[in-house]
Amino acid sequence: MYTQAMSIGPQDEARHLQSAQDQTRNDAFERRIDEGDFIEAKDWMPEHYRKTLVRQISQHAHSEIVGMLPEGNWITRAPTLKRKAILLAKVQDEGGHGLYLYSAAETLGTSRDQMLDALHTGKAKYSSIFNYPTLTWADIGVIGWLVDGAAIMNQVPLCRCSYGPYARAMIRICREESFHQRQGYESLLTMMQGGTDAQKAMVQDAVNRWWWPSLMMFGPADKDSPNSEQSMRWGIKRLSNDELRQKFVDATVPQADILGVTLPDPLLAWNAEREHYDFGPIDWSEFWRVVGGDGPCNRERLAARVKAWDEGAWVRDAALAHARKQATRAEAA
Amino acid sequence: MSINQQTGAQEWPLWEVFVRSKAGLDHKHCGSLHAPDAPMALQMARDVYTRRQEGVSIWVVPSSAIVASDPGEKSMYFDPMEDKVYRHPTFYDLPKELDHM
Repeated sequence: MYTQAMSIGPQDEARHLQSAQDQTRNDAFERRIDEGDFIEAKDWMPEHYRKTLVRQISQHAHSEIVGMLPEGNWITRAPTLKRKAILLAKVQDEGGHGLYLYSAAETLGTSRDQMLDALHTGKAKYSSIFNYPTLTWADIGVIGWLVDGAAIMNQVPLCRCSYGPYARAMIRICREESFHQRQGYESLLTMMQGGTDAQKAMVQDAVNRWWWPSLMMFGPADKDSPNSEQSMRWGIKRLSNDELRQKFVDATVPQADILGVTLPDPLLAWNAEREHYDFGPIDWSEFWRVVGGDGPCNRERLAARVKAWDEGAWVRDAALAHARKQATRAEAA
Repeated sequence: MSINQQTGAQEWPLWEVFVRSKAGLDHKHCGSLHAPDAPMALQMARDVYTRRQEGVSIWVVPSSAIVASDPGEKSMYFDPMEDKVYRHPTFYDLPKELDHM
């Protein structure tokens, strides 16, 4: 999920090229990009490209990992064994997605520990969406439908990203992500079609709470996203924030109709001239507040990650000590 | 890929994962992971890369053990083959009557 890193937080400035050799290499690099060539880990690349990717991929990975928390919250309380098995599989997928992405970022010369340290110290961001709480079981369905739906919109174009290891990780992730959206929608459909009035109201309430944060997942409006242009040129980004957001709204409105819920936006209406849905203004002050650390669950999420990391330290150390001991013994024998 | 092998002494080493998707096919590189030793690397590779029966066999190799050609020398390495078209069967014009040779 979650390419907000492109538009928020400190951005690396493109540095002026130092030497004639760099200029030649840079020209060759730009030519490869223009020809739609993939860049691989050991290929020469401008520092700015490398840094932008490390930031983007690592924050994408953090989002997957932190994204396990709001859903993990409901594993023990899933209403049936079937839903529990599905949710477990989904959360395990998110962990896997995080690992694919950390690995892709590591090919650029950063280490896993460096990335985790940046997350744990609050230096690195993750998607704003995970700073909202999962209050009811319906939230789990809505996360699958809207949050994963938004993520898919965002991620499918990244399968053609110019950086090979990232593109390959994205292909794998997208293949798995469609199960996430479908299970969420089906779980909501079950409640809307066979549920009690209270259960239907619960679904509607969850939709009301997640709709706007889902739209914010695409990041600031294009006019407030000055770094997009460079990322588009490099093929790190293929569609603009606003284009993706519009695609998401257009796809979601009919799905809401079939489900039998309304979307909490009085200005939402089909525009025959544009052939798109118009929608109301997004509360960007809320977005920046959540990104800045003051969302409903920012502190809780980060504390949970740090706790898991710290309390798992002895396991990591013991496994390594065991492996070293075994290796020493094998050498001696 | 092997940078962190030397640096963080407490970071688990990196392994490259190769998966055979079904009998009769090659093992294919599918990604990497950190693990303290080979048995753990195999087990984790199963959990990370074959959650949907993507494979019937897994290889894990310490990333530091992989020797790779230098991408900077790509042209020196591979371009010389470009003008050796006679290595391909289509280089040879044979009478039509022969058809399947």
